[in-house]
Amino acid sequence: MPLVKAAKLSSKVFHKDIPMLPTRNGFGDGLVIAGEQDERVMVLCADLTESTRTEAFKQAFPDRFVQFGVSEQSLAAIAAGMALAGRVPFIASYACFSPGRNWEQIRTTACLQEQNVKIAGAHAGVSVGPDGATHQMVEDIAIMRVLPNMVVLVPGDAIETRKAVLAAVEHEGPVYIRFTREKTPVFTTDKSPFGIGKAQILHTGSDVAIIACGPLVYEALLAAQTLEKGGISAKVISCPSVKPLDESTLIAAAKQCGAVVTVEEAQAAAGLGGAVCELLGSNYPVPVERIGLEDTFGQSGTPDELLEHYKLTAPWIVKAAKRAIKRKQQK
Amino acid sequence: MPHVQQTIAPLTDAKLRKLELQANDIRQDVLKMLTKAGSGHSAGPLGMADIFTALYFHVLKHDPRKPHLEDRDRLFLSNGHIAPIRYATMAHAGYFPKEELLTLRQFGSRLQGHPEYRLLPALENTSGPLGDGSSQSVGAAYVGKLQKSPWHVYCIMSDGELAAGITWEAALFAGKNKLHNLTWIIDRNNIQIDGYTEDIMPLEPLHEKFAAFGFTVLEIDGHNIREFIDACDRSKATWNTPTVIIAHTIPGKGVSYMEFEPSWHGKPPGKGEELNAALKELRTLGGKIQSEME
Repeated sequence: MPLVKAAKLSSKVFHKDIPMLPTRNGFGDGLVIAGEQDERVMVLCADLTESTRTEAFKQAFPDRFVQFGVSEQSLAAIAAGMALAGRVPFIASYACFSPGRNWEQIRTTACLQEQNVKIAGAHAGVSVGPDGATHQMVEDIAIMRVLPNMVVLVPGDAIETRKAVLAAVEHEGPVYIRFTREKTPVFTTDKSPFGIGKAQILHTGSDVAIIACGPLVYEALLAAQTLEKGGISAKVISCPSVKPLDESTLIAAAKQCGAVVTVEEAQAAAGLGGAVCELLGSNYPVPVERIGLEDTFGQSGTPDELLEHYKLTAPWIVKAAKRAIKRKQQK
Repeated sequence: MPHVQQTIAPLTDAKLRKLELQANDIRQDVLKMLTKAGSGHSAGPLGMADIFTALYFHVLKHDPRKPHLEDRDRLFLSNGHIAPIRYATMAHAGYFPKEELLTLRQFGSRLQGHPEYRLLPALENTSGPLGDGSSQSVGAAYVGKLQKSPWHVYCIMSDGELAAGITWEAALFAGKNKLHNLTWIIDRNNIQIDGYTEDIMPLEPLHEKFAAFGFTVLEIDGHNIREFIDACDRSKATWNTPTVIIAHTIPGKGVSYMEFEPSWHGKPPGKGEELNAALKELRTLGGKIQSEME
């Protein structure tokens, strides 16, 4: 197996009994550590304490937990006011409401003012499942990534989400962290490298580079395993830092492989796939196939049904990889 | 000389007279700035000249030489389009040279069309998208109360902007958390871009609305500096609720052809006769701009 040792992945990768945790749990764990390490950290919640996993912070630091009710616009702007007064507020809601509903407040008060507001978008992607399209945020990466001064993090598992929270506290300025509802494989470990602006090569390969973010990184690993059995060598790059991108790692991968697939549980337009196309278009154009929602909304269903329906799982990544390689060969 | 206020002095008749004259001077600078810029809002800045003068020259604890002083009072602005009056008053208080006022809205100027926090010290916030400033003032007041800080938070907002839902979210929050260190000041001039507020989207009964949200509500004549200062004193002495001061003002105050005329909400006086007539009126009034209630 050409897994990269430096990535220090879980020994359970590709095992059926790989531990499963929702990435939102990593958010809750990270907040408690951040609260202990830094007295400036506050958590602001819009009526979703349990499902955004802010309950533990509330118990540990009741003075620094603030309940807003269903008020996402003021949630963002009041957070900026707290940041202006020296605090590091995390605002927690579902991604469809924050940053979905309060984009202008985030733009003006967090980004233009360069304030230390950290936006936590929970229940992103179609894997929210039965709640349906209204609650399945798939445009958040696009609308956050376009904002000047904003950092966009899409961690792949619960451990990486915890690290993203701590990295967000250390970073001076606004940060968006996206996470999901369902249990997904915990494929990284405490020792796996993580950083803002860093991508990690998890699996070596030279025929095609698969660049993924969020829990679908694991689907990319499964796809690489399948491709390998078919004689295709796929490089898998975990790219939790959608902005800033790890440009040198991604350009080097494009140069080496000559074909790229991007994978995200979001609109295929303007998200990670868009960012990679912009980067490569300006530096080293190669065929790119984008896995993501194709200009459509989600719907009710089980997470597995929906990931399959919207062609976001390993078999679809395998097909996309083959298409990208074919286009490379036709050039 | 920068105007430093660390302790609040009593308001003598002589001081009041001085503030009224100062407001008159500041109005004239506002008109010159707007005409030079060739765009911007006239009515709001003129209508708020007395209140801004009272704040910077009597009410606020601040030091223009140390704009980031930790214990300064925080003055947020929510209706950023009245920026010229804030800039002019800040220049008169000594934050930056008065000559810079004529760069308003020009390329490379620190005096952006809507004020930008990162460009000019002691602005407290970037302002323009309506409703965002009042929410930010609430955030700062929450932290101030949490830390038992000695500073007070003020926010100036317009009446037209109250139609923005975020305002009422923030009002719920301020009422719930009993932010006694917060004073909202509403420029109740009854006009907005498209006409009269009560035609566009009626706000009355405004007093009762804020009372229902848990505010102490004070209504004053916004051109009576003594009334305004008394209201600020009362708001600081209020220990269990946030305060809102509904300041009844005359849009375009001091320039007769602009007063009460919605069309002057969003445009500057033209060069030449229009500007000269306005300046002459202010000069010859010689500081007699006082409340008509007196």
